[in-house]
Amino acid sequence: MSTGPVRPRSSILLSLAAPVAAVLFALLFSSLVLLISGKDPVAAFSAMLSYGSRLETFVDAVNRATPLYIAGVAVAIGFRMNLFNIGVESQYILAALISTQVGTVIDLPAPLHVTVIIVVAMVIGALWAAIPAVLKVTRGVNEVIATIMLNAIGVSFVAAFLLARWDSEGQDTRTADIPESGRMPDLNGLFEIFTREIQKGRHVYGFLLVAVVVGLAYWFVLNRTTLGYDLRASGANPMAAEASGVPAKRMILIAMIASGAIAGLIGLPDVLGDRYHFGGDFPQGLGFLGIAVALLGRNNPGGIVAAAMVFAYLDATAPILELEGDAPREIVTITKGVIIFAAVIAYAVVERAQRRREVAAAARATAALHADEDSGGGGGAAPAAAQGVRA
Amino acid sequence: MTATVERTGSGTGTGFDPRTLWRRAWFRWPALTFLGIAVLQIAEWISEPPTDELVSGAQASAMLRWAVPLLLAGLGGLFSERSGVVNIGLEGMMVLGTWFGAWGAIEFGPVWGTIIGMVGGALGGLLHAVATVSFGVDHIISAVAINLMAPGIARYLADEVFTDMDGGSITQSPRVTSVGYVELPILDRVSWLTIIAFALVPVSWFVLWRTRFGLRLRSCGEHPTAADSLGVNVYRYKYIAVVISGALAGLAGSFIVTELTGIYREGQVNGRGFIGLATMIFGNWRPGGTALGALLFGYADGLQLRDRNGVHALLLVGSMAMLLLALRAALKKEKVPVRTVGMERTEVPGGWRWRLRTRGVSVLVPAAIGVGLLVWYLTTDTVPRQLPQVTPHILTLVVLVFSGSRLRMPAADGKVWRKGDH
Repeated sequence: MSTGPVRPRSSILLSLAAPVAAVLFALLFSSLVLLISGKDPVAAFSAMLSYGSRLETFVDAVNRATPLYIAGVAVAIGFRMNLFNIGVESQYILAALISTQVGTVIDLPAPLHVTVIIVVAMVIGALWAAIPAVLKVTRGVNEVIATIMLNAIGVSFVAAFLLARWDSEGQDTRTADIPESGRMPDLNGLFEIFTREIQKGRHVYGFLLVAVVVGLAYWFVLNRTTLGYDLRASGANPMAAEASGVPAKRMILIAMIASGAIAGLIGLPDVLGDRYHFGGDFPQGLGFLGIAVALLGRNNPGGIVAAAMVFAYLDATAPILELEGDAPREIVTITKGVIIFAAVIAYAVVERAQRRREVAAAARATAALHADEDSGGGGGAAPAAAQGVRA
Repeated sequence: MTATVERTGSGTGTGFDPRTLWRRAWFRWPALTFLGIAVLQIAEWISEPPTDELVSGAQASAMLRWAVPLLLAGLGGLFSERSGVVNIGLEGMMVLGTWFGAWGAIEFGPVWGTIIGMVGGALGGLLHAVATVSFGVDHIISAVAINLMAPGIARYLADEVFTDMDGGSITQSPRVTSVGYVELPILDRVSWLTIIAFALVPVSWFVLWRTRFGLRLRSCGEHPTAADSLGVNVYRYKYIAVVISGALAGLAGSFIVTELTGIYREGQVNGRGFIGLATMIFGNWRPGGTALGALLFGYADGLQLRDRNGVHALLLVGSMAMLLLALRAALKKEKVPVRTVGMERTEVPGGWRWRLRTRGVSVLVPAAIGVGLLVWYLTTDTVPRQLPQVTPHILTLVVLVFSGSRLRMPAADGKVWRKGDH
């Protein structure tokens, strides 16, 4: 499976053009769907646009983008290693439930309390992700299949836990509230330096800062450390990396566990910033959306920010469609789906064109080399090998 | 439960001499069925709190009914993966099948509903084929996109169509009727579609393993370049396979609507597409194994709705099955140690260390699980309602971990293939 889309080296413009074209195509397609069902797409999208330009909607979008971004990074860590962590979904739900439950029973001073919750969430996510990683390196079990199975098991465990509470305490399929010391303050003050006062009871989740740290750490580790280099090398060509002393199995373990640890954070923006408990209405599906966001953002820390914001804006502005009666809000789900399809198809086409060009260049170089040194046996192998390492 | 676990791992029999007899399908299948029923019957006798639903005609009927969506999704996965296209989009295609099936059943009657449901699923399959086969998109990514999009499409369409109907809303349709029943002994009323679904098992086997079409389709999943060099139009076969896959998933979805619940309800597929996938893996990418997996998981699914004490007794059944498995592994004759990691098979040098690692694990782990389940059974009176739902996933993981080397997926499964690339 060639999961990790290779970043195009040649032109930044081309790599930007593909996702933008995908979003535009998706909007066009959604307009078409609206037209067919007798709605006015112009009215619908202009309503979304004007609603979206309000500060409060922006706050909604940022709050939605925060978990989406973390999910995107969690998935991207796997992608860079050519690993498909579909299990992000259950990793974050399990982590959110258990860390919230821990948060409700412990009693610590403010900064420590939050830290414990975050650490517990990361550990749970990492442990749950370690299962497919260990199965892969010891028994050769495909991580996609394993994580699909573990998703079902994890989500059922959460449901069983909540139902058990419902059975024992009655009417309440949720945990208790995390006490004051375990909550994160909002960032409204920080935002209001640049904007007017944020109204309508909106709060910018304090977890945004953690997401920023996660993004920076992701960028730094992958691009500025030996570990990151080893991970990328092993992902690009495990055999070549192994030959130069990078143990493929350990890389798989590290990548999967790191991905799970980050995935453990996905549920926390909501828990620590808004709801303070875990219940049956906890947002689900963020793990799968994370896959979409990582793809659209091409596993690039900045790209994932943009992708998360696009998806978050669609979600944040969708309610207005229903309020003003322009269209069903589900059109947004269709838009998101089409964005992914259009983007991955565009990337696949671009990638193939690029590979063709590279192969042609390599062939030309080989031919030139052969022409130069007629007698030199195996002279063509060197550029071909170099090509393989860089690809 | 025992029957299936035994079956997937078999090839050699238990204990004494007549191994050749055991290898004969006509002997082994009835024998294993008998063994399975015996285990269930013993569990029913000694179960505490009591249950009388483990072995009954009504439970058998429920098992068949609830097995059908898993079976159809599994067969769908089978067609697709045999052609080399991994299809975890079965879930989304089933969701499409539920909406289209319900809409068709309301507008034109249940038979047309079934057909239209298949068309809905096939459209999802077509999308998957366009992305993966024509554009070379990674199979998992395309399927994830389909799974994300399908519920949105169904909800959008439900809002457009069902909300205007009497008794309909954005989350559910008016009631729909079944395609009809046939009265059978013991099983009571059995839907025509159930019979058709089970008939599809030998049909799939025949089509895939005994026709030219099937040979070519499977060759695309094993070695597309070789197939291509012999003149097989690989793209076309993959397209056909994935569209069939979607149609079967759509049929599974419309079956849920017309035969199981009698109504379209949002979220009613509830991961059954993934269980279908698990069923196919459990069945080692073969129709017979898939059917067995579907029956096993359908048994748990049906029991959960009928009798909670019965589900508790399943712990006992599972424990007995695991202990039997451990016994079988302990009695098994030594074979040449071959280890499969990914696609590569290598011979491993034998010796006590190897024996401890493989043989020890295959005896001790099932035994430990068996004892654990027994303890769980003895110390509780009820089990979480979710247990039957996760049983397929746990069992599939167990099979992958402990008999992964005996599973054999199509060699080029999941690989993007481009004509002329190799």
